[in-house]
Amino acid sequence: MSSTTSPQETISSPSQYALDNGVTSRLRNDNSQEAEFVKMTDPQVSTIALEKAYRKGQHKVPVLHGVNMSVQAGEFLSIVGQSGSGKSTLLHLMGLLDTPDVGEILFEGQRIDNLSTRTRDTLRNRVFGFIFQFYHLLPEMSVLENVLSPLMIRHGILEYWRRRRELQKQAKDMIAKVGLGHRLRHKPSELSGGEMQRAAIARALVAHPQVLLADEPTGNLDSRTGGEIIDLLNCLNEQQQLTIVMVTHDDLIAQRAHRTVRLDSGLIQPLDDAA
Amino acid sequence: MYKILLCLRYLKTRYIALACIISVTLGVMTMIVVNAVMAGFSSEMRERIHGILADVVVESTSVDGMPNAEQQMKVIEEAVGEHIEGMTATVEIYGMMSFQYAGQYITRPVTLIGIKPEGKAKVGPLVDYLDSYRAIRKDGVVVREPMRSLDEPPGWNLTEAAKQYRARWKAQARWHFEQMNGKPQNHGTPIESPKHPFEEQPVELPDLNTFQPDDSEEATAENKTGQFPLNAPGIPVDNFQPIEEMERKDNAARPEIKEATRTKQDEEFSAEELAGDPSEFSESDLARELEEDPLMQFSQPEPATLEDLDGPLDHRFYVGAGLIQYQYEDPHTGEVKTMQMVKPGDDIAISTVATGRPPEPVHFNGTVVDVFQSGMSEYDANLIFCNLEQLQQARGMIDPQTGQGAITAVQIKLRNYEHAEEVVKRLRAAFPPGLISVRTWEQKQGPLLSAVEIERAILNVLLFLIITVAGFGILAIFYMIVVEKTRDIGILKALGASSRGVMAIFLSYGLALGIVGAGTGLVGGLLFVKYINQIEAGLTWLTGRKVFDETIYYFPEIPTHVEPWTVTWVAVGAMAIAVLASILPARRAAQFRPVEALRFDQ
Ligand SMILES: Nc1ncnc2c1ncn2[C@@H]1O[C@H](COP(=O)(O)OP(=O)(O)OP(=O)(O)O)[C@@H](O)[C@H]1O
Ligand SMILES: [Mg+2]
Repeated sequence: MSSTTSPQETISSPSQYALDNGVTSRLRNDNSQEAEFVKMTDPQVSTIALEKAYRKGQHKVPVLHGVNMSVQAGEFLSIVGQSGSGKSTLLHLMGLLDTPDVGEILFEGQRIDNLSTRTRDTLRNRVFGFIFQFYHLLPEMSVLENVLSPLMIRHGILEYWRRRRELQKQAKDMIAKVGLGHRLRHKPSELSGGEMQRAAIARALVAHPQVLLADEPTGNLDSRTGGEIIDLLNCLNEQQQLTIVMVTHDDLIAQRAHRTVRLDSGLIQPLDDAA
Repeated sequence: MYKILLCLRYLKTRYIALACIISVTLGVMTMIVVNAVMAGFSSEMRERIHGILADVVVESTSVDGMPNAEQQMKVIEEAVGEHIEGMTATVEIYGMMSFQYAGQYITRPVTLIGIKPEGKAKVGPLVDYLDSYRAIRKDGVVVREPMRSLDEPPGWNLTEAAKQYRARWKAQARWHFEQMNGKPQNHGTPIESPKHPFEEQPVELPDLNTFQPDDSEEATAENKTGQFPLNAPGIPVDNFQPIEEMERKDNAARPEIKEATRTKQDEEFSAEELAGDPSEFSESDLARELEEDPLMQFSQPEPATLEDLDGPLDHRFYVGAGLIQYQYEDPHTGEVKTMQMVKPGDDIAISTVATGRPPEPVHFNGTVVDVFQSGMSEYDANLIFCNLEQLQQARGMIDPQTGQGAITAVQIKLRNYEHAEEVVKRLRAAFPPGLISVRTWEQKQGPLLSAVEIERAILNVLLFLIITVAGFGILAIFYMIVVEKTRDIGILKALGASSRGVMAIFLSYGLALGIVGAGTGLVGGLLFVKYINQIEAGLTWLTGRKVFDETIYYFPEIPTHVEPWTVTWVAVGAMAIAVLASILPARRAAQFRPVEALRFDQ
């Protein structure tokens, strides 16, 4: 297993979260020849020997077979792989939307997958921003309300009410940033796919997450719109040092990231053409 | 915050939720309306049932009663004097009333109650129920002012109007009798139908003319013989021939009987019967009675003067309205009208049973002084109040030695009804067991009261089931909504919403449905109750059928009584059911793991 977990070292971006801890040492023991790389770059999010299988009655569908992967703070990582290879599954595990069968997920060196439900709820709300493959906007709410929803979830009623102007401004700014400033009051059903994707991005970013997990953010868009979205992500990554993990089919888009890994047969494979 | 927002959004966009709200609304509304009407009925009923019954009644278990009223009342006074506000002695006995109306004898079973009006008025409302103290209203307009003022204590005197009426029909009857016999008669008038001048009873004639064509034909034929002076002064006979003729025929048919009835013997017989010890009833008395025509019993002693002749008889009655009147629908206008067959001033005949062994029947005539209407049909169609002394005399209840009358019951009004239990207990101890029964009015009318209560309880259970049905409706609809919103739940959880938060959305959704439903139901129900009579009128107008027939219920309008507690409970209950029904779906929603929910419809 240790032989397959190689590519963490390919890129080291500046990290504000330089921590030396047990995770890195464990990794070092596993892959002794790469120990020095691991030591010099402390990952923000990392997964250790993740295994996940879906069960359907008697049938067991193994999806992940022990994924070791880590992302540095401020890094733009893209994951490519065949359809059905388990990219979404991996991302869901990293974003605490699901629990792994075996393995650990570490955030800044601390294990987070076995925390209490409430803490994980809070982490989802504050640390991770999620962009879904299928947008997943709330159909009853307008764009503004959708974008506001992480903030509404974060703050209690009273606090939200007190700070509603500030928060609304925050949301509006974010919507303006993704170029939807003129469609604040529209419902998702009144938007095009690209507009919905932008609204979803605004929602993912409004709460100032530390890690953005994007599941095929361009999957349903034409190449030009997709390019615009990637530009936006790039821009965010550069300006705010936002860590981005992006899943995509599209090699062209994958190349825009700092680093690309391939998920194949449940394992992370090294990529020769990684940027 | 998102909880409230989403909850409101779901309320606004899910029209199916309207079905929940409507079912809750309807449930709450029905419960409020039905409860208000039932409570109205039941309190009205209680009031009416209590009406003429005193708080506590000490009754003799035998119809012979208990001797010496004074002494019995002294015993009561000693036992529970401090709680008593007033008491009165009464004689209660079943009997039979008969009178003649439109050429027919009408006989009704009755309960005779001998009272002293002043005493009776002290233990319960009596004056309120007497016709002469009340204004008669028709469609809200007073058509007849009260004939006596409320200050006037109830008594056995005729009102002026009744006196005039009596004088008129007496004169008429005499005149007829003379016409039939060809010579003036100055003996007592046999019991006879009261004459109803046409102006006062306009509906009577068409009835007779249309429904008894044979009679009227005959009558007119007879009229042609020319014996009938159409314009006799003081007698309103216009258009009145059919009845007059009929009665004349009636009288003519048995002049001999009428003659025979007027015997000294009869007078002596009744006097003897009243005064003498009933146990000394002899063979010869019986034989003589058997020989005599039964009609003889309806005769009266011969009055000395015309004045006496027109004056009321010694026995005076307040007659229950239900006994002497009936309601009918005017065939032309469809209006419900009341036909009064006997009016104050008329005479009726009463048969009842005397004391003694074996009990023998007694008969006496008396004059109706007033009509009694409590609104409780059980009483109104059953009771005749009679002057106590006369009834005691007629039944032979007066002890010849002491002159003290026996009574069958003492009615007691308490200062505070809360002490009733204790009073009953103490009175039971004060009297020898077996012969006397002591009961409160509630115990006396127990079955009736508990019937009303049970009816109400059962209805409430049934209605609450209706709301429960609404609750299951909510449950089903909520489940649907939860399933439909699974993906949204997943999104919310992915954004960091807690399970409790998600659950709260659906619980508050249920609560909101409950509040809106119960609120509109509450307002709707209360409005319905407020305007129930107008609604009834509207329904009647729409369907052309009377929805609430006051001739059946004796209520001028639908009685309602809104109990704040009941209303609160209904509203709270409905809300609780709505929340309870949403718990299950809400829990299900909360238990989704984010990914499960997100992948749900993909
Ligand atoms: N709930 C589930 N039950 C059973 N199998 C599942 C479930 N979810 C996913 N799978 C299976 O797991 C595998 C990986 O799914 P996943 O969605 O992670 O693929 P993916 O790499 O994101 O594919 P795509 O590029 O099409 O999005 C697929 O073969 C899928 O059939
Ligand atoms: Mg996928």
